[in-house]
Amino acid sequence: MNPVSANPVSANPVSTHSVAALPSHPWTLEADAAGPVIELIDAGKTYTSGTIEFEALKGINLAIHEGEYVAIMGPSGSGKSTIMNILGCLDTLTRGQYRLGGTDVEELDEIELASVRNQQIGFVFQGFNLLSSMPAWRNVELPLVYGHVPREERRKRASRALERVGLGDRLDNKPGEMSGGQQQRVAVARALVGEPTMILADEPTGNLDSVSTRDVLTLFDELNALGRTIVLITHELEVAQRARRIVWVKDGAIVRDEVNAA
Amino acid sequence: MTWMESFRTSWAAVYSHALRSMLTILGILIGIAAVILTVGLGLGTQLDVSAQISSLGSNLLIVAPGSSTSTTGARGGFGTSATLTITDAEALSSTVNAPDISGVAPESATSLSLTANDTNWTTTVTGTTTAWTSVRQRTLAHGSFFTQAQADASAAVVVLGSETADELFGTQNVVGQSVVISDKTFQVVGVLATAGSDSSSNLDDVAIVPFNTAATDLVGGTSSNAVSTIYLQAASDTQLSAAYQEADALLLNLHSISSTDDADFTISSQDALVSTATAVYQTLTILLTGVAGLSLLVGGIGVMNIMLVSVSERTREIGLRKALGAPPWAIRRQFLIEAAILGLSGGILGAVIGVVAALTLPAVIGSSIVVSPLAVGLSIGVAIIIGLVFGVYPATRAAKLAPIDALRSE
Ligand SMILES: Nc1ncnc2c1ncn2[C@@H]1O[C@H](COP(=O)(O)OP(=O)(O)O)[C@@H](O)[C@H]1O
Ligand SMILES: [Mg+2]
Repeated sequence: MNPVSANPVSANPVSTHSVAALPSHPWTLEADAAGPVIELIDAGKTYTSGTIEFEALKGINLAIHEGEYVAIMGPSGSGKSTIMNILGCLDTLTRGQYRLGGTDVEELDEIELASVRNQQIGFVFQGFNLLSSMPAWRNVELPLVYGHVPREERRKRASRALERVGLGDRLDNKPGEMSGGQQQRVAVARALVGEPTMILADEPTGNLDSVSTRDVLTLFDELNALGRTIVLITHELEVAQRARRIVWVKDGAIVRDEVNAA
Repeated sequence: MTWMESFRTSWAAVYSHALRSMLTILGILIGIAAVILTVGLGLGTQLDVSAQISSLGSNLLIVAPGSSTSTTGARGGFGTSATLTITDAEALSSTVNAPDISGVAPESATSLSLTANDTNWTTTVTGTTTAWTSVRQRTLAHGSFFTQAQADASAAVVVLGSETADELFGTQNVVGQSVVISDKTFQVVGVLATAGSDSSSNLDDVAIVPFNTAATDLVGGTSSNAVSTIYLQAASDTQLSAAYQEADALLLNLHSISSTDDADFTISSQDALVSTATAVYQTLTILLTGVAGLSLLVGGIGVMNIMLVSVSERTREIGLRKALGAPPWAIRRQFLIEAAILGLSGGILGAVIGVVAALTLPAVIGSSIVVSPLAVGLSIGVAIIIGLVFGVYPATRAAKLAPIDALRSE
């Protein structure tokens, strides 16, 4: 039912035992069963502001397979967020190719890109990015609104996702009534409610205290154990070490790509 | 994203900025109410005027001194030159020369002071003939009109309008009382039933005396034979045009004028008066509606302004929604509906206020306001369209935002 279970990914020690428990996902093209879900080929990004050009990505190659838990690690300004924006289809490359599930995203139009973001990607941002006027469950159901899920089912799935992150009793609280850690967990619930292929998290613990950081990272561990692909961006080694693979970035280039021994 | 979902999102945005939304709605509201009121007032005034002119009586022709430049009755120097005399009126009364004219009522009007028991009142004293009541379609509330005998004898008798009687005596049944006009004592023989007012004068504030009495006792001098207007009654509706021809030919002949273009008098019919007045009020209505429409335009610009603020204020939210999978059309629709809500609310509230004002104001200002359902429906439609038209640009701007730029904005 889920091709992942039939696709033993050799590069990393993903546990596949519980993947079958996940509902099947529309984003599983047969052709990709053997290929990586994310593939950057000689990917370059040059920012142009006025006459000033800045090469933030200098032609990187990166492949991530379904079920992996990858940390992208590097100092501030090294290009991590740029990578995340590319992977999330929020921004486009100026050179090279980004293949998502085997498809070159450059061939997709605005509406198809919106659908890709909706169906394949769950974002977790450093600043939470919750809508302050809405209660937690309304924030969480947003991806389902754009995914044409009926109203009653949205509410059900949103509460399930909030229970999953330990906020089953906070459905109707607005973000302002919650701690930073709780808000980030709401954001994680929002990222996973649509059962996307992968979760992209950009410095998700950057604004959190150590206890909340532990909570959120534990959540990621659990989600990965359930077969979810996770790309975690951070500049803290401690955080990166929770992943199974660490990609080191410096000045827009990958300097090291290793399986996390720890 | 369903329409219902878009509507909910937009409504939440309008609702969360209640004061700002109210002020924007107010702009549209004022415009819509103004349009409904000006159109209603224009239509109402047109109706009032034609009703008043019609109350002059059908089959009526009005001969006034002065030349005319057009057949619609727009008269140059109306009533300024004394070219009509009682002789003209007598000639028009001839059943031989003017068989289609059944009644002739010449009027000489002078503004004079009336005195009764130390009470003074200035009104228009009109000298006329006994045909006046039937030609002007007036009836008497008390007493009777002066008789032909009294007219022939230049008797000092007067028929008062109901208001005139009220002002002089504090009551209306004053038959038999005396009134002093220009040092001469007149006996009141009748009081007219009320008739309201027409576009130029109050029909209930008048004093009617026999023409000869006015000519000898009140006017005197060279202008004593002059009349200010001659009212002609055609024998029937179908004879109106024949009556017109006869009057025209007779007067030209009497005044020794060979060409109609040189005529020193103007004959107009009720229809001509109605169409002239209607045309004037129509122009006025269009002009005022234009001004009201401008205020609606200003209201629309207000919607656009607020929508632009709304978009720039929520750039980050737009970025987030796009990151979560909102396609451009969903964002555009969200903002368009928001603008339409503002426009529609303004339209409905403006229509309600306009209609309420149209129903209550006539009692205060004394002229009718016609509320046409078409105008109300159109205004509401226009309000939505204004919301949409002025919402398109901000909504498109929101839809076009690059997700990453929107997310980065602070
Ligand atoms: N929109 C932009 N325009 C110009 N330069 C940018 C833009 N975004 C990022 N940069 C530059 O690109 C480099 C990488 O940025 P970023 O990917 O945000 O780094 P990181 O997330 O690793 O801190 C930085 O030097 C940053 O100044
Ligand atoms: Mg960054």
